[in-house]
Amino acid sequence: MAFSHSFEYFRPGTLAEALSLLDQYKGDARLLAGGTDLAVHIKENMATPPVVIDVKRVTDFPGSRVSPKALYLNASTTFSDIVNHADLRKAYPMLWEAARSVASVGIRNRATLAGNICSAVPSLDVAPALLCYDAIVHVASSSGTREISIHDWFISPRKTACLGTEIMLGISITAPAVKHSGIYLKQGRYRGEDLAQAGLGVLITSDLQYRLAYCAVGPIPFRARAIEAVLNGKVLTAELISSAKAMVQDTVHPITDIRSSKEYRLHICEVMLERGLKAVEQRLNGAEFDSAEILGG
Amino acid sequence: MAKVKLTLNNETRTIDVEPCETLLDVLRDKLGMKSPKCGCDRGDCGACAVLIDGKSVRSCLIFAIECEGQHITTLEGISGDQLSILQEAFIEFNSFQCGYCAPGVIISATELLKSNPHPNLEEIKEALSGNLCRCTGYQPIFDAILKASKETKK
Ligand SMILES: Cc1cc2nc3c(=O)[nH]c(=O)nc-3n(C[C@@H](O)[C@@H](O)[C@H](O)COP(=O)(O)OP(=O)(O)OC[C@H]3O[C@@H](n4cnc5c(N)ncnc54)[C@H](O)[C@@H]3O)c2cc1C
Ligand code: FES
Ligand code: FES
Repeated sequence: MAFSHSFEYFRPGTLAEALSLLDQYKGDARLLAGGTDLAVHIKENMATPPVVIDVKRVTDFPGSRVSPKALYLNASTTFSDIVNHADLRKAYPMLWEAARSVASVGIRNRATLAGNICSAVPSLDVAPALLCYDAIVHVASSSGTREISIHDWFISPRKTACLGTEIMLGISITAPAVKHSGIYLKQGRYRGEDLAQAGLGVLITSDLQYRLAYCAVGPIPFRARAIEAVLNGKVLTAELISSAKAMVQDTVHPITDIRSSKEYRLHICEVMLERGLKAVEQRLNGAEFDSAEILGG
Repeated sequence: MAKVKLTLNNETRTIDVEPCETLLDVLRDKLGMKSPKCGCDRGDCGACAVLIDGKSVRSCLIFAIECEGQHITTLEGISGDQLSILQEAFIEFNSFQCGYCAPGVIISATELLKSNPHPNLEEIKEALSGNLCRCTGYQPIFDAILKASKETKK
């Protein structure tokens, strides 16, 4: 089936060119990266942009850098780039696991992290990792660049703080100063290609600070700060985990949709919290395992 | 209409396309490659998989115009004059029934074996998780890939 909607197509080679096209076409233009969201939206007439600006040939996005202390991933970075990056896996396991949980190889070869967070659907898998690591999103417009905290990025489903005249350049993360580890748990209807019914990122540091973030169980992904406050500074015990689990009902406000009922989501969020906390503590202490095993399926 | 120049199965081709035409449609209708199939038309099933610069992609989610200057490989380009070891294994195991998923499965498996010549079952499942097969239950497909991976030299 051909796309019913026709549009004008541009393939700028530089950021400056891309920005000037955005300015020229104002609200009429949409940026195209891997197209795994935009192409579907155009096909289903959910998006009807008169102009499409393909940013895949933009060669001057700032370069990506990965080190245990800090990370910068530019807008050209695909999920396959992340999955194939051994150093990134070691230093930022939660982000790596989130990337690997996205769709399948054929989608990951094309889909970018930038497109994922710009689409901002409630189930986006990389959000918990970015929220736990307090990522900064870097964007540019013709009048300059600005930095947006990931905590201010998600506004409502499919709406972000990125303006129509802006292009996302990349994301940056500064790792916690002390030893840390993380994990991403994704519950889907089956293992393999599926959107999350619920997703949870857990970060732990050696000085017992905890960070928790959920996706797919609210209109936007969010940090569970009230639960973090109960955990912070304390060694994980069965009682502590129970009190944390008891707070899930008041923290998470999911809906029922085609993938899951609200009740199931609430239940699985508790299970994920318990297993995630236990697993991340083991990982901090050097255990090696595949997080995909933790929820079974 | 815009002109797009690309390399298809090692042959340079120039075609006129509308920006809204998908790579899948252009491959089938303008370039005569019938191996990529339309299953779901929205990225879910993998029947339309082709390789762009060696990486598997969903041709139903790509506009042909995006492919300027790129190398596209379809199943026709993988087979060439003789079947690959992988394809021989699929025949041996009678891996397919209706065969609709086969081109996409072969594309995914070819990509896997190139980067990881001796995958284990889990790795095969992961590599094929975006290829839906409604007939076989997957087992004969996995068996054939395992066999083929043993035949490629260590
Ligand atoms: C079959 C299938 C399965 C999927 N499974 C998952 C899954 O399990 N988990 C998950 O999280 N997602 C999943 N997705 C969605 C995921 O592929 C997309 O969210 C993807 O990451 C978007 O990136 P893209 O490069 O394809 O973006 P595009 O589709 O090209 O663009 C997406 C949006 O971002 C905007 N955009 C792109 N680049 C920029 C930029 N540099 N600056 C500003 N705006 C920009 C575009 O204008 C558009 O609005 C799936 C998609 C499909 C088709
Ligand atoms: S037809 Fe392209 S993935 Fe199904
Ligand atoms: S053999 Fe029929 S879909 Fe796979």
